[in-house]
Amino acid sequence: MTAAHTSPARPAAPDQDAVPLVEVGGLRRVFDLSKPWLNRMIEGGGRVTLTAVDGVDFSINRGETYALVGESGSGKSTIAKMAVGLLPPSAGRVSIDGTDVWGEKGADAMRRMRRKIQMIFQDPFASLNPRWRVQAIIEEPIKAFGLIADPKDRAARVGELLSLVGLDARDGQKFPHEFSGGQRQRIAIARALASDPQFIVCDEPTSALDVSVQAQVLNLLRDLQERLGLTYLFISHNLAVVRHVATRVGVLYLGRLVEEAPARELFAAPKHPYTKMLLDAVPDIEMEGKERLAIAGEIPNPVNPPPGCHFHPRCPFVMEHCSTDTPPAHLVGDAAVRCHLFAEDRAKTR
Amino acid sequence: MTATLSVRNLRVEIPTRAGVLRAIDDLSFDIAPGEVLGVVGESGAGKSITGSAIIGLLEPPGRVAAGEIRLGGERIDDLGPDQMRRIRGRRIGMIFQDPLTSLNPLYRIGDQLTETILTHERLSQRAARDKAQKLLEEVGIPAAGARLSAYPHQFSGGMRQRVVIALALCADPELVIADEPTTALDVSVQAQIIALLKRLCSERGASVMLITHDMGVIAETADRVCVLYAGRLAEIGPVRAVVKHPQHPYTHGLMSAIPSLAGDPDEELAQIPGAMPRLGAIPDGCAFNPRCDHAFARCRAERPHPYSAGASDAACFLHDPDPARRPPEPVARAAAARGIAAADETPEATS
Ligand SMILES: Nc1ncnc2c1ncn2[C@@H]1O[C@H](COP(=O)(O)OP(=O)(O)OP(=O)(O)O)[C@@H](O)[C@H]1O
Ligand SMILES: Nc1ncnc2c1ncn2[C@@H]1O[C@H](COP(=O)(O)OP(=O)(O)OP(=O)(O)O)[C@@H](O)[C@H]1O
Ligand code: SF4
Ligand code: SF4
Ligand SMILES: [Mg+2]
Ligand SMILES: [Mg+2]
Repeated sequence: MTAAHTSPARPAAPDQDAVPLVEVGGLRRVFDLSKPWLNRMIEGGGRVTLTAVDGVDFSINRGETYALVGESGSGKSTIAKMAVGLLPPSAGRVSIDGTDVWGEKGADAMRRMRRKIQMIFQDPFASLNPRWRVQAIIEEPIKAFGLIADPKDRAARVGELLSLVGLDARDGQKFPHEFSGGQRQRIAIARALASDPQFIVCDEPTSALDVSVQAQVLNLLRDLQERLGLTYLFISHNLAVVRHVATRVGVLYLGRLVEEAPARELFAAPKHPYTKMLLDAVPDIEMEGKERLAIAGEIPNPVNPPPGCHFHPRCPFVMEHCSTDTPPAHLVGDAAVRCHLFAEDRAKTR
Repeated sequence: MTATLSVRNLRVEIPTRAGVLRAIDDLSFDIAPGEVLGVVGESGAGKSITGSAIIGLLEPPGRVAAGEIRLGGERIDDLGPDQMRRIRGRRIGMIFQDPLTSLNPLYRIGDQLTETILTHERLSQRAARDKAQKLLEEVGIPAAGARLSAYPHQFSGGMRQRVVIALALCADPELVIADEPTTALDVSVQAQIIALLKRLCSERGASVMLITHDMGVIAETADRVCVLYAGRLAEIGPVRAVVKHPQHPYTHGLMSAIPSLAGDPDEELAQIPGAMPRLGAIPDGCAFNPRCDHAFARCRAERPHPYSAGASDAACFLHDPDPARRPPEPVARAAAARGIAAADETPEATS
């Protein structure tokens, strides 16, 4: 095993002059869960909609990692899909390097932008075509974007990408099933890097992996970021993992960002009651028997979330107006917190 | 005191076209009355198969090929299917990852509980139903009386797992085997379920075998922990000793690789190179030798059996009592983040 060593420090606090590469504003996505029109006419029942993402704003500076955390169904993957252009938003915008991902534009501009964005998924097996050799899997984006015409040069580039992710150039001749879970995730990373992207969305990239392999993949992602200046949107439900990768963190609850802060600040001084609860729920490997905020209840049905602050039925600090008024984002230091407890700072409200 | 569960030299084989695989190889451990034993290991290490072997539900063609399993001192590995069925549920309660595997979607929750209670206890229908309601209240289901007539799909994942815990405990078993009971649940619900399981078992004096890949859950819940690697025991010992002073190089690597909420987030995570071997390709000697940077010639030729190591037992030649047979010069490990003592250091006394 490799002993731990300190890597060059990542940008700790967001740099004031840093230019955001990715900007997400007022992002919203509503899913229609209604039965088909004819069934509604016959069986009755009205329209049913689910607001998976409800007015989300954040931006990611070049070379930084923005982490989205939240429990199942909070809208993480829906945001990821809208950010890479796989799912159209119901409202709001996503722009990469100033270009709107969902804006009207020519095919050429679209292709140029698409090239800059790649995605890595949770399940490294499902995301790789089992019938293709690794070589073909990795060179697919190179071909799709017409980056390297000569097959020999392409093969050389695939070899280079394989060694970049810690595999052997000869592994290109094998099939995905010949690799372990961690190695498959490396292949997925190599494929994502093939089009020379600037922005990579990683949706739970290590959730299906064992801890010893998770560490390999997390270290690799970090190493690649340093070497290639990549910008990541990193999605996870594991706060301990997020702490190791993120520059800035957004905490999602039922489609809303309830807290948004520099990673250091979020972990040192969480503000939103839900963030505190999530941190308290992380099993204590240090065995220090820390005091915890009692956790009650479960995530409510997202089809009709509780009114006002969605978190109010579970919140130990709930106040009367919490069940009627939706809290705006209050700025507290470098954090934005959607909770009425921070209303004293109303003057600074966004 | 007789151990609640005693597993001795267990070997589980799976015959396949490519040959007979040893899914579990020479595994021994005990669970004392009232004790929570955590069983950890990577995916495929053999955790679930160990549990299935104990409750006599190995999926064919898997079979117990050697060893003994005793419950309260009596052998149970050689019992017939009928006798085993009576032991399951009554003397051993089971909780699995997906609550829906333990619940029948077509029956009301109350009927399932009542029926299970009646198979174990001679009670009137009425008394059984009252007991069912009491159990639901105990596992924290609000409005338990009204919920008796609900179907499983009307419950959330966390509520269903509470019902499964109620089912597993309704006959007051002496042992509860919980296989990844919280893996399918949300983070905020996991902690609730673990706390519930722990409280109820300790109130009833039941022993628990808690199978999980999450070392954090083990650290919070277990009294002792058994670490499996490629179907073999790597290390077993008191949870504090294993977490803070791992004695086996694999356990040490595993502990250092876990990201935690303490320590310097900028520090790179320690990683173990490579991956656990597949069952058909376990190397000769110590199964961990290709990934171990303490490995020496003996590790590639001979298989280590558990040696006493600090407060634990570790299957590693670093702990051979004969210094001449240990590796030539143990490499001094940089103590990893969070003060995990290196595997070759002398551990402090653990309480
Ligand atoms: N195509 C769809 N049609 C209808 N509802 C959807 C669809 N995709 C997602 N949803 C719903 O939107 C909500 C957010 O889903 P999403 O997959 O973004 O959650 P997530 O945070 O990624 O959760 P997980 O941790 O389980 O991956 C959920 O309630 C989900 O059921
Ligand atoms: N029917 C089978 N044929 C061949 N191999 C099998 C069979 N059933 C199980 N195995 C193998 O036995 C080993 C142990 O499996 P087991 O399910 O006990 O692992 P586990 O430790 O519970 O892993 P997980 O964390 O993924 O649940 C694995 O390598 C698995 O591939
Ligand atoms: S707004 Fe009210 S209910 Fe919501 S988190 Fe803050 S205090 Fe709790
Ligand atoms: S027996 Fe050898 S290879 Fe195995 S863990 Fe110990 S030192 Fe490493
Ligand atoms: Mg998701
Ligand atoms: Mg299992």
